Amino acid sequence: MYVAVKGGERAIDNAHAFLAEERRGDPAVAELGVAQIREQLRLAVNRVMAEGSLYDPDLAALAIKQARGDLIEAIFLIRAYRTTLPRLGASRPLETAAMAVVRRVSATFKDAPGGQILGPTFDYTHRLLDFRLAADGDLPVAPIGLVPPMGAAAAAVPHITGFLNRDGLIETDTPGDDSPPDLTREPIKLPGTRPLRLQALTRGDEGFILSMAYSTQRGYGRTHAFVGELRIGTVEVEMDIPELGFSVCIGEVEVTECETVNQFKGSKTEPPQFTRGYGLTFGQTERKAIAMSLVDRALRWKELGEDDTGAPAQDEEFVLMHADNVQATGFLEHIKLPHYVDFQSELELIRNLRAEAMAARAEAAE
Amino acid sequence: MTDHAYNFAYLDEQTKRMIRRAILKGVAVPGYQVPFASREMPMPYGWGTGGVQVTAACLTPEDVLKVIDQGADDTTNAVSIRKFFQRTAGVAVTDATAAATMIQTRHRIPEQALTEDQILVYQVPIPEPLRFLEPRETETRKMHSLEEYGLMHVKLYEDIARHGSIATAYAYPVKVEGRYVMDPSPIPKFDNPKLSDSPALQLFGAGREQRIYALPPYTQVVSLDFDDHPFTASKAPHDCDLCGASESYLDEVIMDDAGGRMFVCSDTDFCASRRAEGHVGRLGEDQFSSKKIANSFEGICGGAEGTQ
Repeated sequence: MYVAVKGGERAIDNAHAFLAEERRGDPAVAELGVAQIREQLRLAVNRVMAEGSLYDPDLAALAIKQARGDLIEAIFLIRAYRTTLPRLGASRPLETAAMAVVRRVSATFKDAPGGQILGPTFDYTHRLLDFRLAADGDLPVAPIGLVPPMGAAAAAVPHITGFLNRDGLIETDTPGDDSPPDLTREPIKLPGTRPLRLQALTRGDEGFILSMAYSTQRGYGRTHAFVGELRIGTVEVEMDIPELGFSVCIGEVEVTECETVNQFKGSKTEPPQFTRGYGLTFGQTERKAIAMSLVDRALRWKELGEDDTGAPAQDEEFVLMHADNVQATGFLEHIKLPHYVDFQSELELIRNLRAEAMAARAEAAE
Repeated sequence: MTDHAYNFAYLDEQTKRMIRRAILKGVAVPGYQVPFASREMPMPYGWGTGGVQVTAACLTPEDVLKVIDQGADDTTNAVSIRKFFQRTAGVAVTDATAAATMIQTRHRIPEQALTEDQILVYQVPIPEPLRFLEPRETETRKMHSLEEYGLMHVKLYEDIARHGSIATAYAYPVKVEGRYVMDPSPIPKFDNPKLSDSPALQLFGAGREQRIYALPPYTQVVSLDFDDHPFTASKAPHDCDLCGASESYLDEVIMDDAGGRMFVCSDTDFCASRRAEGHVGRLGEDQFSSKKIANSFEGICGGAEGTQ
């Protein structure tokens, strides 16, 4: 153990060189371009942007290449880059009702103004390996005219939960003027607020959030969720420019938004009505957005006067403190760093305790 | 050589200011864990991001930096962090404890006594001494504010009842100036006495857990114990096989598959200085210098280039 970590600088440099060579793989195979990753591994790029909390498909693609496809490592690269960027200000809230949707489905209504749009989804594909993709395939073409024009003056698609709202059947969210907290600039304070939780969830690990959401479906903090609406598309990001006195559009981002409608039988403080869970993530990341909205809803038990059943997904501190995969993987993997000083002290302790126990046993045997 | 794409010592000045404020608060309330907005650093959480941020916030261009991990300057992570500051801050670095103005450490306090001109920065994995007794941060913060440390004493008592002694060998909890119970980071309890009354400023950074705490110079730090079971600093009952030191903390090195082992100073600078002064341990200098062991190891793992 002493010698194993004494490689020093040269070992580190050699390891990095080895890593670079492995990253490239067989030189007889053409090198993967960042643009290819950005265009053809878009869902990986989306996940890295969502959990890296940085909307930049090119950088995310670069990070995926550098990380050899390890998405958590890529997310880490993006986070470490993001943290060095100055925070110039906050945008206005995204107008997701004005989204140019490429996909929009509701599980609660058969049809609704704006229609159901499947968009580019795996949902109804048969999961059969498509060996044509292994060969050089023809350029796939989708029928024209069915894809809504991106960014262009697409008609605003109203939110489905808005229809329920008219009848007072679903709780109303009142917009607040407070600027939401930013856990990347301020340490998390517990108990947290809903905006803080939503930020933690949207950049939390997809696998962790998924499992948390799944556990609520299986009865650990059940919330009876329906996907009221899931929509994916581009929205404009507007920012107030103090010098101008009005807001200007500074760009477009693709986001996935999920609103769940949850059965709620009423509590001591609230009348029976439907309640909401909310998920919003960068890119087309719908598994994450749905999972997020379920966990968001489960975490709202206190404000809705529900019972704490002790379920993990209801436990704000548990969820918030363990959702971040960069933190989790760092702490998990650090146990491979040398710990021989600690281990040595444990060794001495165990030897002493053993000696005492053995002596006591020998004494008892006599 | 400084990397000009980044600010001095990597962090931007706003972030440094935020960290310095947390440090000042920590110094003002010794042993109290100050929350701070820890940044993602270009090394993983668990690799010392808290210590690196504290060091970055304190570092000036005139500083001389020493980085140790497990007491050694040449462990891979110490090398990596030292390189990081050489690259981003361009500061002078040293292995010599006495020559350093800032020392970042993981799991050890140098054997050589520190001075008023030095800052010792600890890397901390879990800053909360009560964490393994109470997993909730909301609860433990309450316990600290109410000075409610009964749970810790019960734990130590149960240790004694079960094992006859307190079964904590590292990260042994301490009480600071009679107020806050503090985790000294996973240093062996052998190092605990050095925490108290130290002329150097001691800063503790926990990046993932977003906490900074501090021991200002000459702070009284007491390892928790009972009158009838007083705290004892322990180490392997041997002398260093390289330099013969009897008072230093030792690492145990397995030499062969027949159970042969040697004990050597964990503080490499301390050991090397003693050997330079002519002290020789049981296994002598020629046979088993750590350099030679390192080189033979590199010979196995580092390709066929041979020794430098």
